[in-house]
Amino acid sequence: MKTAAPPLPGWLAILRQRLFATWLDTVASLLCLYVVWRVSLPLVDWLLVEASWQGASRDDCTSRGACWVFIRARFAQFMYGQYPVPERWRVDLLGLLVLFAGLALSWRGLPRRKETAIAAAIVLPPIGIWLLHGGFGLKIVETREWGGLMLTLFLAIYAGLIAVPLGILLALGRRSRLPLIRFASVVFIEFWRGVPIITVIFLASLLLPLIMPTGFNVDRLARAVIGLAFVIAAYMAEAVRGGLQALPDGQTEAAQALGLGYWRITRLIVLPQALRISLPAMTNEFISLFKSTTLVLIVSIFDLLGIAQAALADPAWVGMNMEAYVFAGAIYWFACFGLSQWSRSQEKRLQAAHGR
Amino acid sequence: MKAFLRDRKVRDIFWQVLATIALVAVVVFFVKNASDNMVKAGIASGFNFLWRDSGIEVPFNLTGYKPSDTIWALLWTGIVNTILVSVASVFLATVVGFTVGLMRLSRNWLLSTLAAVYIEFVRNIPLLFFVLFWYFGVLAALPTPKESFDFLGVIFLNRRGLSIPTPNDLGGFRLALLAILVLIVAQIVLARWARARQARTGQDFPVWIAGFALCGALPLALLVAAGAVTSWDQPILRGFNYRGGFVLVPEFVALFMALSTYTAGFIAEVVRGGIQSVRQGQIDAARALGLTPGRVVRLVVIPQAMPVITPPITSQYLNLIKNSSFGAAIAYPEIVAVFMGSALVATGQAIEIIAITLGIYLAIGLAVSVFMNWYNARHKLVTR
Amino acid sequence: MKFIALVAAAAAAFVAGSAAAQQLAPSPTLDAIKARGHIECGVHLGLPGFSFANDKGEWSGLDVDYCKALAAAVLGDSTKVKFTPTSVQQRWAVLQSGQVDLLSRNTTITFSRNATLGVNFQGINFYEGQTFVVRTKAKVAAVKDLADATICVAAGSTEEKMAADWFRERQLKVTIINFQKNDDAISAYDQGRCDAYTAGVGALAGQRIKFKDSAEHQILTEIISNDPQGPVTRWGDERWQLVVRWVLNAQIAAEALGVTSKNVDEMKAKSTNAEVRRLLGADGKFGAMMGLSDDWAYNLIKQVGNYGESYERTVGMGSPLKLQRGANALWTKGGLLFTPPFQ
Repeated sequence: MKTAAPPLPGWLAILRQRLFATWLDTVASLLCLYVVWRVSLPLVDWLLVEASWQGASRDDCTSRGACWVFIRARFAQFMYGQYPVPERWRVDLLGLLVLFAGLALSWRGLPRRKETAIAAAIVLPPIGIWLLHGGFGLKIVETREWGGLMLTLFLAIYAGLIAVPLGILLALGRRSRLPLIRFASVVFIEFWRGVPIITVIFLASLLLPLIMPTGFNVDRLARAVIGLAFVIAAYMAEAVRGGLQALPDGQTEAAQALGLGYWRITRLIVLPQALRISLPAMTNEFISLFKSTTLVLIVSIFDLLGIAQAALADPAWVGMNMEAYVFAGAIYWFACFGLSQWSRSQEKRLQAAHGR
Repeated sequence: MKAFLRDRKVRDIFWQVLATIALVAVVVFFVKNASDNMVKAGIASGFNFLWRDSGIEVPFNLTGYKPSDTIWALLWTGIVNTILVSVASVFLATVVGFTVGLMRLSRNWLLSTLAAVYIEFVRNIPLLFFVLFWYFGVLAALPTPKESFDFLGVIFLNRRGLSIPTPNDLGGFRLALLAILVLIVAQIVLARWARARQARTGQDFPVWIAGFALCGALPLALLVAAGAVTSWDQPILRGFNYRGGFVLVPEFVALFMALSTYTAGFIAEVVRGGIQSVRQGQIDAARALGLTPGRVVRLVVIPQAMPVITPPITSQYLNLIKNSSFGAAIAYPEIVAVFMGSALVATGQAIEIIAITLGIYLAIGLAVSVFMNWYNARHKLVTR
Repeated sequence: MKFIALVAAAAAAFVAGSAAAQQLAPSPTLDAIKARGHIECGVHLGLPGFSFANDKGEWSGLDVDYCKALAAAVLGDSTKVKFTPTSVQQRWAVLQSGQVDLLSRNTTITFSRNATLGVNFQGINFYEGQTFVVRTKAKVAAVKDLADATICVAAGSTEEKMAADWFRERQLKVTIINFQKNDDAISAYDQGRCDAYTAGVGALAGQRIKFKDSAEHQILTEIISNDPQGPVTRWGDERWQLVVRWVLNAQIAAEALGVTSKNVDEMKAKSTNAEVRRLLGADGKFGAMMGLSDDWAYNLIKQVGNYGESYERTVGMGSPLKLQRGANALWTKGGLLFTPPFQ
């Protein structure tokens, strides 16, 4: 009888089981390790070890690695675009307000949390536009001067603010009893979901001026926001529809038995539950909206990626392509990853709460 | 009277009529403004521009388009290029996506972490970055024409593209293609017959070996024969570039790689979800019956995972087709670049061109959805 | 009685006179400009020498100078103008929709643009000629040596069609790759995607600084086409088109008459040349005929300068581009710039 070999110390055993269990596994693991070593070592070298951090101009990029001097020199432009320097405090103020509101609302112990959320959603957007654009006492800063990360966030948030209510209405419309409303909702949703977002942005920027009465000028940025909002509303509608379908019919029927009307039922019973269920899907759509804002590059609106490209065109900083794209890409990655992790944590919490 | 007003049907009809009137009014308002504005600006309207000479160059096309052709031919070239890059990317994306999805589920911690890193990397960065990276990255890596990589002296890879020799006489290839189709039908018939025979007698038939011969070796032999018979249009270095043969431009390669690797990340998640949805009990029962791991996956897991995978994968395919419009950012001549870009600038007729472009994308999307619905229905799980 | 009749007659004459003086055609664009307080000028995304914004957002260039002159003429202050950068694709839509009042953007005058796009060209402010930039290593002497080459170009520009036509006429094969923006085409050429990039001589002189190493590149001297460029307006609103046209003419006339930004005050006060006096508003109410102040030309010359000064400062010897006047000199000095008289 063969006796079992003496057991390996704890971590070695785990290593063996996870990585080297079979011959095939061993080969695969070794291959992976090789690939990781070949790729990540030069990458870390370029990104951090050999990089230049100090300096003020192109001549300070002496090393073989990344020239982060470029980013530090143009950092303000990446963040604010061409926003006039003396007025940048307004952008900062708005950022702080939004951050504060977000943090306050995420604290679950906040009294009257739902009402505060709705109040914030109604009050903050106009304040945001007032702060960014000006008028009523503040100096007007035209939208053509906005750019960079500030513009990307503006596009994503305001398009989202329009898209979410519109999407909810469309989802409700799609499940409506009235055939015409159902038909109109389906057509709207399938149309905007079926066309590429690039064409929608072109469409918004070329057609909106044509279909408005003469003299009524729609701001260029507003056109992009409206175009994005319509498209994302269609995707949001499908996400919300999933939540509405997951809700048991019994809820609506019980409410109807109690004598509540359609809008009361929707507002008090259906939507709160359905939105909670479809929150992960809606967050996914918001992430893809955030990524789609890069497309406004096509109509010469300078969002974060656009500013990166414009900075590259400056003759004083030729050849900084990798640094600019890596920096911009990193910002997008962290933002989207953060959002998806938040969504996953919400999902876990909801599953635990509902015992599903 | 009050009963009449309270009647649900009456109220329904009332609200619908109101909604229709409002919708029609809004549409009429916008259309009227548009036509007024266009008349005032002196912009032409109508679809006659489609039959004008385009004068626009499209360097990469499978349709033999020349700048002296009409704008309609230009549009068709754009459509073909879109379909080409979409179909190619769908294949690669599916292969890579399934691989990464399976890797993600692997017991090997390294494999599954690498897959997770890949998926998270690709899902959180906008596609435009990948397109630009592959384009400028690919360009930087390739050599100039004078220093091309050459394969067997007939295929050349350089910054201007991949130059492949093309046959001058397609007759032999058409015959070979016909023969291959016949062989595929034969293979399907053979597989059916073998299955029926197994159900009747329990005997195994080496379907795989026969299939390999029919679908692999024979077609290859036919193609080689066809190739040997015709003369070839060789790429030859003339001055600046290789002339002759077919050139696969770097824009195509960059867009193809970007679309495939990006969509593969999403497909991997879909595949993971699908496979995880198969209940562990099924796998345990299959193993208890003595099926090998390969057979478990092929006969138990995948058939049950496919219905769960098919709808979300369809929407990923549709997204890929729509994302092919990113070609406009790197001068790949697909529909948006060629029609909504160049043709729009040349003719100025924004409304007609946008309407046609949107119509085309909607039609393509509809076709794909219908096909996938049919496929889904055919492979739906029949449950008691 | 007679007194009342006289007063009535005088009043009638006064009313008729002022009514006659106000018989100017309505101009929605000019009204909008006056209400807004600035001119909206459509310019290039960034073409050094013609319309280029530095990293502080300050615009400079020949086309930018023209818009500033327009602002000085219409509103009295050359800083009252805002610039909208547009790509080759978007420029027509931006003009047609009314978002900008005019395009001053290196736009070549062609038949089909005039006929089908609903735009008018108001004169020529730069005679451009199309040529190619190639790598010095390639040792290209003439354009026909570019047979079998790959050429990058901006989609929708006249250069695209012109290059295709030129090579086709001579039965030479080339591959033309078109990009949505000039900058994309330039960087693709720089990366090695193409053997050559084609644009106007002036434009190339400006875009040269965008290359990684400008010594590696050579701009050919052979010109394959003629591209007259000028300000563009929409159809309709004749009075605005009139203003745009004659501001350009005023710049050229000022140089022809020897009026510069330095001597304009002296010229206005002391010159005996009748045309100078009419131009600068000392005689004849020319400004009022267009609906502008009589100082319109005086303002633009003082604040921006005449055509020659503008040229030298932006694309000529006083600038990094160092272009010769060539065809852009006055007709009396061997060039093509000519203006009808101010009479």
